[in-house]
Amino acid sequence: MSFSVAQVRKDFPIFERTIRDGKRLVYLDSGATAQKPWAVINAESDFYSKHNAAVHRGAHQLAEEATDAYEGAREIVAQFIGGKENEVIFTKSATESINLVAYAMGNAEAGNRFALTASDSIVVTEMEHHANLIPWQQLAKRTGAQLKWFKVGQDSRLDLSNIDELITTHTKVVAVTHQSNVLGTINPLEAIVKRAHEVGAVVVLDACQSVPHMSVDVLALGVDFLAFSGHKAVGPTGVGVLWGKAELLDELPPFLTGGSMIENVTMTTATWAPVPQKFEAGVPNMAQAVGLGAALNYLSQIGMDAVRAHEIELTSYALEKISAIDGIRIVGPLENVSRGATVSFTLADIHPHDVGQYVDSQGVAVRTGHHCAWPLAKVMNVPATTRASFYLYNDEQDVDALVDALLGAQKYFGRF
Amino acid sequence: MELDSLYQEVILDHYKHPQHKGLNPVFTAQVSHVNTSCGDEITLNLNVENNLITSITWDGQGCSISQASVSMLSDLVTDKTLEEADAIVKSFSELMASKGTSSGDPEILEDAVVFAGVSKFPGRVKCALLGWMAFKDAAIQSQGESK
Repeated sequence: MSFSVAQVRKDFPIFERTIRDGKRLVYLDSGATAQKPWAVINAESDFYSKHNAAVHRGAHQLAEEATDAYEGAREIVAQFIGGKENEVIFTKSATESINLVAYAMGNAEAGNRFALTASDSIVVTEMEHHANLIPWQQLAKRTGAQLKWFKVGQDSRLDLSNIDELITTHTKVVAVTHQSNVLGTINPLEAIVKRAHEVGAVVVLDACQSVPHMSVDVLALGVDFLAFSGHKAVGPTGVGVLWGKAELLDELPPFLTGGSMIENVTMTTATWAPVPQKFEAGVPNMAQAVGLGAALNYLSQIGMDAVRAHEIELTSYALEKISAIDGIRIVGPLENVSRGATVSFTLADIHPHDVGQYVDSQGVAVRTGHHCAWPLAKVMNVPATTRASFYLYNDEQDVDALVDALLGAQKYFGRF
Repeated sequence: MELDSLYQEVILDHYKHPQHKGLNPVFTAQVSHVNTSCGDEITLNLNVENNLITSITWDGQGCSISQASVSMLSDLVTDKTLEEADAIVKSFSELMASKGTSSGDPEILEDAVVFAGVSKFPGRVKCALLGWMAFKDAAIQSQGESK
């Protein structure tokens, strides 16, 4: 570990406050949203207080400064994930990023490589977050294409044994998550990307749980589209990213239409601006994009490999300590191999909502429920789980606090 | 501890020993409700004869609050008229919306006043109301069915 968690925590003002009558805040819900460092809060505030103007228009200095800041953020994002600037599209969320691809594909006319018909198929997995399932499920419905999916085994890993039957020459899209937001499983993309490209399908990667936690290089991964959200990467809410290969974005029809995304307009026709503007209709979320730039710079200064190394170490500790509790069932890989710092579990017959409520009373913030992955909960045969997700500002003390709180919950609900 | 105002003994007792659980095949209305944020599910069978609730049974899974709440509701509305039950549901809904400012009317809600503490936990109000909203739907449907 090459950074001090204590030092990092000082960058995040929220850790100065206490929770539930003076208790130390133990924030283990970064899988839902990360806390924000001063660098991000200040960047967003500075944009509003010093540079605010509509980007890409306006013949004045503020508009120039705003455009520079916004396009500067695009450059930071591109560098962070190893893509080119004109391949980075700002959206309001990762959910919008994925919907953008799905709806744009639905807009493709015959002859366009993205056009879908009833003879095509879309492949997803059973462990997708609803954000990477429902857009494809509904696209399949609208176009008549067939939706198929990789199954998840009881070992919490994707079952790739039937990959050649699932991904066929009829497959147009394979949409898969890089890391499960429930199980923590990191998926073997190499085999999936290889097979998809063999048959001419594109791979859409949900990288919401990976980009904030490890170094991600779109070229090395070989995927065609990648989506992530800003707020899970210590950035502001209201900004997401869609990255796509330039030639694919060129051919993909637009999703939202209107101002900023056009080239020529008559009363009955329009042509499109080049990518990325083609996909950024309307005045964009400028302050949030700038804030995201600051967030990624912040993470880069710490170093994504250092973040990942820290999380691997913390996950080992968490898995060991949590699984030692009587009645715990970890829902996810037990071995700390190809897995992120997300640990979901059930605690005997205490309902996760009650577990979450009790640990909250001890200052420990976790998520409970099906975590927007309802089909996966059914596969794993749990109505809901409690999820602890760790980040760069968490340490072993936080794990200990969780474990103490879980033991307390057992005692509390065992009274009767 | 503040938590004790949420997890009253009566609530945990109903959770451990749920009343009217297990669906009666005779019903005038069957309703299923889910809490989409946490996945709690309740299916409720209601039987109404001559405007009188003769049977209310349910099945489901969920947290202690949602399960205890539907259990207590079932106790409360059995043998009541639809109008009486409606008044009870109204009173309970008001209590849940009170944000901890009301202690509930024991004349109407009887034991269910123990849920007053839940209204201080906005994340749990939906849990407490799950079964009550299912019942409300079932009562409306039964009004059409029963003469």
